[in-house]
Amino acid sequence: MTITPRELYQIGTYAAGNRLLDLDQRSVQAHGDRTNSITSGHRACQGCGEVLGARFVLDAAMRACDGKVVVSNSTGCLEVFSTPYPESAWQVPWVHSLFGNGAAVATGMAAGLRAQGRDDIRVVGQAGDGGTVDIGFGPLSGMFERNDDVLFVCYDNQGYMNTGVQRSGATPASAATANTKALGAEPGNIFGQGKDLPRIALAHEIPYVATATVADLHDLERKVAKAMTFRGARYLHVLVPCPLGWRSASHDTIKLARLATESGMFGVFEGERGDVTAVSPIRRQVPAEDYLRLQGRFAHLFGEHPRPDIVARLQEQADRTIARLGLLGAEPHDHTLEV
Amino acid sequence: MLEQVEGSRAVADVVARCRPQVVAAYPISPQTHIVEALSDRVRAGDLQDCTYLMVESELGALSACIGASVVGSRAYTATASQGLLYMAEALPNVSGLGLPIVMTVANRAIGAPINIWNDHSDVMSQRDCGWIQLFASSNQEAVDLHVQAFVIAERTSIPVMVCMDGFVLTHAVEEIDVPDQQAVDSFLPPFVPRQVLDPDEPITIGSMVGPDTFTEVKYLAAADQLAALEVIDEVADDFRASFARESGGLVRGYRSDDAAIVIVSLGSVHGSICDAVDGLRSEGLAVGALAVTCFRPWPEGQVTSALARATTVIVVEKAFSMGSGSIVGNDVRLALADLGATVFTAVAGLGGRPVTADIIRRLVADVRDGELEADVLHFIDVDRSVVARELAERRPARAGREAIR
Repeated sequence: MTITPRELYQIGTYAAGNRLLDLDQRSVQAHGDRTNSITSGHRACQGCGEVLGARFVLDAAMRACDGKVVVSNSTGCLEVFSTPYPESAWQVPWVHSLFGNGAAVATGMAAGLRAQGRDDIRVVGQAGDGGTVDIGFGPLSGMFERNDDVLFVCYDNQGYMNTGVQRSGATPASAATANTKALGAEPGNIFGQGKDLPRIALAHEIPYVATATVADLHDLERKVAKAMTFRGARYLHVLVPCPLGWRSASHDTIKLARLATESGMFGVFEGERGDVTAVSPIRRQVPAEDYLRLQGRFAHLFGEHPRPDIVARLQEQADRTIARLGLLGAEPHDHTLEV
Repeated sequence: MLEQVEGSRAVADVVARCRPQVVAAYPISPQTHIVEALSDRVRAGDLQDCTYLMVESELGALSACIGASVVGSRAYTATASQGLLYMAEALPNVSGLGLPIVMTVANRAIGAPINIWNDHSDVMSQRDCGWIQLFASSNQEAVDLHVQAFVIAERTSIPVMVCMDGFVLTHAVEEIDVPDQQAVDSFLPPFVPRQVLDPDEPITIGSMVGPDTFTEVKYLAAADQLAALEVIDEVADDFRASFARESGGLVRGYRSDDAAIVIVSLGSVHGSICDAVDGLRSEGLAVGALAVTCFRPWPEGQVTSALARATTVIVVEKAFSMGSGSIVGNDVRLALADLGATVFTAVAGLGGRPVTADIIRRLVADVRDGELEADVLHFIDVDRSVVARELAERRPARAGREAIR
């Protein structure tokens, strides 16, 4: 893509509207012939980041694969709100088996298609963070190390939202959840726990790993399309704010995703075969506090008994991510689709 | 053609001839020889158009089979013991989704205490998970049951476990006729899935079903299970017609037609029981045996008619329900509720302890001598002195009726 300077009329955002771009550079969603992989009528909450992410991911995958995609979906919000029998919001071939086995089901789908000589049909596995980093991790790690031909997408809303907002291995430190309440001297989720699955995925040296958020949907679509240019195991980790679990306003979903990246609380990068190859630089750094204050799950850090010490520790975490990925002062990566 | 071959190897050979498109397995004794041989087949190119997956766990193995099956591929796995339990979450998922996966279970005890040898506590723990459970009484039958299992599974859309006793069968080398490729091909048509994930006709598989419909779904599954009894019987008949031998089916009697005493069992112990029956017959006793080949669905009608003339029924089983008692015996007792036979239940062969013809003969003698109480689970071939000493130490003050003998 050639970069053409445009004057932006939107305030508080760096997302250039589709309408400012040439038709062929607009998002998949901007095209009338998009799949609508997940269509209207599902029961997602207002402001749900996960359903937005899933829609963009699968429509982009369908576009990239000429409509030949089959999907394995682990148990979770995305599964529950989309398939209350006898209805289904899915317009792609879709299977739900269990909570912890989504990656293994996807592995089997890819193996079955290979045995039939149907390599033209591509497999996408998708799950929330619980189904990815916790209960589903064994089969996912197996899928990675065997380099099975699957794109696995984690929609990370940082907790078990479907079961009532409990802590997962992806919940940030100090966040209040149903089982890490804002009680005691160290309120909320414990520091020093949790896992960084994108980096763990990268350590498997699979062909492609990327993170993204629903704040930069062009970037998300581009990464899906790029993932589909590879064969073998690929992993896409998408930050999807959850108004219910984060106790945030439903109209703040995109804003929160952007603040997560602009503060360094969530690093956006791409990697190939074990190495980071590109990052989305922070263009206007904001303090972590800006991100935290909009979320009720961090309200105990700013209330009657504020905890600037904890906010400082979270800022340290963001600074560490920024330093590790070089998010400040990095050149914007080339958005040209390598397809 | 008869050949001297290990049971596992013969099963691998026949499974390969069933042309699975995906084999996914995780190693666990005593199943390993089966899947090792299949891995060789795929690597050597003998088994074409098949993907062999070395997965990270048994849950992964069965889940990969689920994925393969929903895209329309014939899928196979094998496991045992703890491995079957590690799959437990996926087992009812497979049957609930109606996926015709075939799995060999090389029956082995479950721990603790850890024990790698044979009994039936693994499959018995999963008897209500909606899979058809077929038990092989010999390696020949184990081989034949696999061919039948794919036909039954794909005709009924119900998954099938072929249960073969670990080590006793899996590691035994004996004369087996493994059907050749042409014979298997003519018996087992290519897999035509009932529903499949196809980009041209997108469907949703695995919806969430609420209280308004869940009962009806389960009712239909239960009806399908009972209807499968007929299919299992038919397939065994077809098999007899094609291969000129008896294998599979629901139940099979041995010298039981005129027997006053019939010994009921599952799996390879039937062979020892038949030896005991021959011995007792030569002494003039009207004793027979009944092998239950199909344990789930439970062929109640066939069990009732097979035992209709017996006055004494002895059930020998290699598992029991902890805290309750007999498993197979309770089903048999219900099947005989309207008849006059007295039912004795005996657990034997736990954790690989041999069940010899002599032990069976002693059991029959004890029953005839009135040494055993009916309708109570008896542990036979147990070291009474050891358990009596331990029990005395644990609860010296308590006396009274023992639930088990």
